[in-house]
Amino acid sequence: MEAVKKHFFSDMGVMLGRSMRHITRSMDTIITVTIMPTAFMLLFVYVFGGAIKTGTDNYVNYLLPGILLIAIATGISYTAYRLFMDMQGGIFERFHSMPIAPSAALWGHVLTSLVSNTISVAIIILVALIMGFRSSAGVLSWLAVAGILALFTLALTWIAAIAGLSAKSVDGASAFSYPLIFLPFISSAFVPTESMPGPVRAFAENQPVTSIVDAIRALLSGQPVENDIRVALAWCLGILIVAYLFAIRVYKRKAA
Amino acid sequence: MVKAIQVKGLQKSFKKLRVLKGVDFEVRKGSIYALLGSNGAGKTTVIKILATLLTPDRGNVQVCGFDVVRQPERVREKISLTGQFAAVDEILTGRENLIMIAKLRHLKNPHQVADDLIRRFGLTDAVDRRVSTYSGGMRRRLDIAMSLIGKPQLIFLDEPTTGLDPEARMEVWKIVKELAKDGTTVLLTTQYLEEAEQLADRIAILHEGRIIVSGTLEELKKLFPPAKVEYVEKQPTLEEIFLAVIGKKEGR
Repeated sequence: MEAVKKHFFSDMGVMLGRSMRHITRSMDTIITVTIMPTAFMLLFVYVFGGAIKTGTDNYVNYLLPGILLIAIATGISYTAYRLFMDMQGGIFERFHSMPIAPSAALWGHVLTSLVSNTISVAIIILVALIMGFRSSAGVLSWLAVAGILALFTLALTWIAAIAGLSAKSVDGASAFSYPLIFLPFISSAFVPTESMPGPVRAFAENQPVTSIVDAIRALLSGQPVENDIRVALAWCLGILIVAYLFAIRVYKRKAA
Repeated sequence: MVKAIQVKGLQKSFKKLRVLKGVDFEVRKGSIYALLGSNGAGKTTVIKILATLLTPDRGNVQVCGFDVVRQPERVREKISLTGQFAAVDEILTGRENLIMIAKLRHLKNPHQVADDLIRRFGLTDAVDRRVSTYSGGMRRRLDIAMSLIGKPQLIFLDEPTTGLDPEARMEVWKIVKELAKDGTTVLLTTQYLEEAEQLADRIAILHEGRIIVSGTLEELKKLFPPAKVEYVEKQPTLEEIFLAVIGKKEGR
């Protein structure tokens, strides 16, 4: 037991190295994860953007937070996929019959998700900069944005872990992410919620994406963020904890 | 005699399905033990319990002197599992697979360990290609090579030759025989009688959740009606023809 604990972080490092190789070997995962949100961004800025009244003069600035969330929701579906493939093949059985902490394998996937989503988020921010995105945010605000996005990624990654661990087929493993990708559309990500009819507006204003998008948008434009950020953090942490506990339970049942 | 495996009264059910109904057997250290049985007989379940992947419902299971339920960590230090589906990472190269396992076994020089195994298993040409490009036989060889890292005392091979062509099967047989020569205990499962005959010191037949017979090949042969002398014209089997044609008839 002692030996297993002592090596936990180095084991996790090996696992991280392994699944990062999976990502760098099949660049299509990074490409698909960045291409769709980038396409949305181009479409909304250059096609629909002219007709959307957001009260800001720079629609890219308005749009970017929601696009980043869509990118993360797309990215984590690959985590579910990779986890599912590991469960199907014999490799997890090998890991679990070795003297290493069983959760090291799972954490390897979670960290990989964090790293790969950071890469795709960075790429999309670069594209946005080319399209005219400008931010007056200082270092602290950027750090806060990074923190929120990291929490959001972790929360969604653990949901992905549940899907990947319990899915019966490859399609099932990644299908759960479609509603997550769709959620930003019914939020303040693309248009202000004031323009929506009653019930839709009520949903949009009370679902997690709106508060997260509003908090990031405020941080990036140097506006005060008081309540949004609290609600956003509460959502992210809440989802994170519930999904984590649930995923660990599924993992223990499947792996033991 | 020192026992590598001691199983007494092992039972396991999945929901209402009783897979193992009281399995008893012992495996001597340094021997090759074959668990023979048809599909669904419970061979894989036995292996998974011995390898600490499943917990038994009832019974006493000792592996290398440790209880699989109470001391799974100690058991895992002694064993290696080569499951029914090759436990290799398809996207990594052969070398990377070996190095990964060596690192997870916390060995001092993973690259050296990998190089040695690459040479020993004749993987030199393919080792820097992705495993997804490997043939079934190469994949299995890599799989077994990965299991040898860290010099485990006991190796489980769950149907190591299922799905392999005759040539690759003989390669695996050669490897298993060499393992036993080095003093490693091997527990293998198979559906092929011939495989058990070729490799095993002792054979047990698992049928409907119980071991119905066990013993050496000689002992098992005595259980059956004595051999009669008959004159039969021996036709070459298709396998023999296949091997003769491709010029690899040695090894039998």
